[in-house]
Amino acid sequence: MDYSIKIGGEAGQGIQTIGGTLAKAFSRSGYHVFTHQDYESRIRGGHNFFQIRFSENPLTASRDRVDILVALDKESIVCHENELTETGLIIYDSSILKQKHEKKHFLDIPFVNLAIEHGGSKIMGNTAAVGAVLGMLGLNTRILEAIITDAFKKKGDEVIQGNIRTAVAGHDFALKHCQECAFSAAPESEPKMLIAGNEAIGFGAIASGCRFYSAYPMTPSTGIMNYIADKEKDYRIIVEQAEDEIAAINMALGASFAGVRAMTGTSGGGFALMVEGLSLAGVTETPIVIALAQRPGPATGLPTRTEQGDLNFALYTAHGEVPRVIFAPGTPEQAFYLTNKAFGITEKYQIPVIILTDQYLADSQWTFEKFDLNRIHYSDQRLRGNALEKFSEYKRHAFTDNGVSPLGVPGDSKHLVVTDSDEHDEEGHIIEDAETRKKMVEKRLFKKLPLLQQEIESPVVYGNNHPDIVLVGWGSTYGVMKEAVDTLSGNKNIAMLHFTEIYPFPLREKFDYLNMLNNAKLSVCIENNATGQFARLMRTETGYEFKAKINRYDGRPFTLDSLLGELDGYITGL
Amino acid sequence: MATLPDYRGQHPAWCPGCGNFGILKVFKDAMIEMDIEPHQITVVSGIGQAGKFPHYIKCNTFNGLHGRTLPVATGIKLSNHDMLVVAVAGDGDCYGEGGNHLIHAIRRNISVKLFVHDNQIYGLTKGQASPTSMEGMKTKNQPFGVLSEQLNPIALAIALDCGFVARGFSGDGEHLKGLIKEAVHHKGFSLVDILQPCVTFNKVNTFEWYNERVYHLESEYDPEDRTGAFKKALEWGKRIPIGIIYRNHRETLEERIPMIKDKPLVRQSFDPSKLQATQKEFY
Ligand SMILES: Cc1ncc(C[n+]2csc(CCOP(=O)(O)OP(=O)(O)O)c2C)c(N)n1
Ligand SMILES: [Mg+2]
Repeated sequence: MDYSIKIGGEAGQGIQTIGGTLAKAFSRSGYHVFTHQDYESRIRGGHNFFQIRFSENPLTASRDRVDILVALDKESIVCHENELTETGLIIYDSSILKQKHEKKHFLDIPFVNLAIEHGGSKIMGNTAAVGAVLGMLGLNTRILEAIITDAFKKKGDEVIQGNIRTAVAGHDFALKHCQECAFSAAPESEPKMLIAGNEAIGFGAIASGCRFYSAYPMTPSTGIMNYIADKEKDYRIIVEQAEDEIAAINMALGASFAGVRAMTGTSGGGFALMVEGLSLAGVTETPIVIALAQRPGPATGLPTRTEQGDLNFALYTAHGEVPRVIFAPGTPEQAFYLTNKAFGITEKYQIPVIILTDQYLADSQWTFEKFDLNRIHYSDQRLRGNALEKFSEYKRHAFTDNGVSPLGVPGDSKHLVVTDSDEHDEEGHIIEDAETRKKMVEKRLFKKLPLLQQEIESPVVYGNNHPDIVLVGWGSTYGVMKEAVDTLSGNKNIAMLHFTEIYPFPLREKFDYLNMLNNAKLSVCIENNATGQFARLMRTETGYEFKAKINRYDGRPFTLDSLLGELDGYITGL
Repeated sequence: MATLPDYRGQHPAWCPGCGNFGILKVFKDAMIEMDIEPHQITVVSGIGQAGKFPHYIKCNTFNGLHGRTLPVATGIKLSNHDMLVVAVAGDGDCYGEGGNHLIHAIRRNISVKLFVHDNQIYGLTKGQASPTSMEGMKTKNQPFGVLSEQLNPIALAIALDCGFVARGFSGDGEHLKGLIKEAVHHKGFSLVDILQPCVTFNKVNTFEWYNERVYHLESEYDPEDRTGAFKKALEWGKRIPIGIIYRNHRETLEERIPMIKDKPLVRQSFDPSKLQATQKEFY
């Protein structure tokens, strides 16, 4: 079983509700689920869709073909009818679309009428649609009923019962009238967790003891702020919506200076405004985690779509020579653990850490058995109270062997904590002399580096250990590359090399990835950008030049089928 | 109890005769008289001659970026509201580069004490017009004189219903010291705009110029009458009022955040016990 369901319609019609509910029903039924969203930068109208793929086997990407299309508007049929599989079907409500389709692969289901008749209100029409999809698949509504009960708890029993009756009505209607339905769902198993990239970062931040999050809303990063704000009370976190991104990063730095773990998040445009603050974090050695969720630029670009266009920006931005760490998770699971690692590293080395994602990862939902909370590290590196008081003399920027100075919390003892955006001495006071300047530069840039480099993990290898073909990427292309390897490994020696911890660039001591690349017949660098920014970084860091590059820069993510199509040309000759 | 030597910092790099010296002196005196110890204060400053202020006393210090004192101060105060958080900025720093932050810090009513060293000029960058430079003032960059209208920070703050709005003069130390203390005691955001001659670059608004014009608000003046205060705020020219021009008693931001009702954020340890339950929500 490997089915894809697409819900298409205008913004405001409830595509996300239908998609989100179905995805949850599938994950609770124990299936592996992958969802992704494609939406326009508007609140009403336009064309948008939510795509769900589910199977009894692990899934990490979307397919191009669709088994069930839920068309909430005419446009969805125009855009996606040609994506249907041989057995694919379109369900719609002719009273909403104001048109009737007679072809065999259409099924007219009166969502609105079922809702009025069984639920007492036409707003429950989407619930009828969810029920109908389950009916078509031969699944019962038991899990859906529980989801409805949870979702409408606050609205009361009447709303819950109305929705349940409507869901059952939709289900039964589909069961009775879907003569063409040839779907059969695999047996259910233990529920899985369903989580999107943004939620994983938010959850990771909370689990890492983040206590202060300041940001200015910007798609696709806003979901992180939403998630953390929702947990503000439970975890005693302050979430402050700043007046702009300049304020957001400066507030977070203030909070961090005052002694709490702090984070900010934004997309490229907001990150541009944060750049001076990044430099400030660098010179004041103030710990901070920055989530940078990319979207296509330049400038406002395609606000709700995806691109990996800001790698160079993250690597090289900020005036002066500012050290930094960059992580590029490829899955929500990696995002969760890497967010935890980001908090650890930024506090241990007092260097800013950037978590680089994009709209595709931020909004995609994946399923997992669970995240292992025992793998979460929390070790407070700040000197508080007595630990600080004990110092006979305290200097915030004291020179040490490894370049890391004691991170005191101001107000906790008589020792004063002083820092400055100007070049400063060990105490943190403004200076101009050449000797101190030189030592401070060395402390920030060079002394910390050897230990930090040891913390950076090697790229993830998936597939054959001695591959002829290596697919290389970073960030959100993980899932689609992995499935490409799975698909092609039947008759090819193929592997994926995923750079998850990008900068400082992984050393080759633990794993000589260059050796793997040099021994392969073909290496392809796959990036969701036009210029191949990672390929250039690889050349800069190692001198290695990829044999081929596949770049997608139309604002859409790679799908398995599109990637396989592009790879075909390179592979057939081998 | 702290004494003057406890507050002695680096040797100031300001020009001889700079109005900043007067502010520095009464600031230290005010802290000592209020029995505040250096480690109980954090001064956040920006960039400019005023921005160097915290280096010349002793206190916890975050000397950040030009224009960005208030966001940093807000982050510190939200994380530790037991700390006295002071922001020191120049007129360019606070009314120009960081103008947006001023508006929003006032709206938040976060208990940060903002002291603006207003010399009506960019001092550190050698004499360009600032938002408070008077119309017509000629500088190297404004050869036809300043063409924009002078910003009135007092009126701006009252329009935003700022909790505490005062104007002081560096040449009237005793009076300024009183304002600093009142600002610190006020619950909520306080703005003290301090007129301060720049002896090197501002040849218009000199010590004598200010001295001839400033006067103490009359004893019957009511700073809690917003309309009257607004009227007073518009007074500038022959006579310039100094003192507490407007005050109200709005709730502060810290008071309205339930998570820090009992204890400052920084004193609450991280409690991971609910994480399993949080993870369950994803099923
Ligand atoms: C982002 C940025 N822009 C410009 C500057 C240059 N700069 C430093 S101080 C200053 C103006 C200083 O004027 P003011 O804030 O009034 O302080 P004063 O020196 O008069 O006390 C300027 C423009 C800077 N440091 N950073
Ligand atoms: Mg000035």
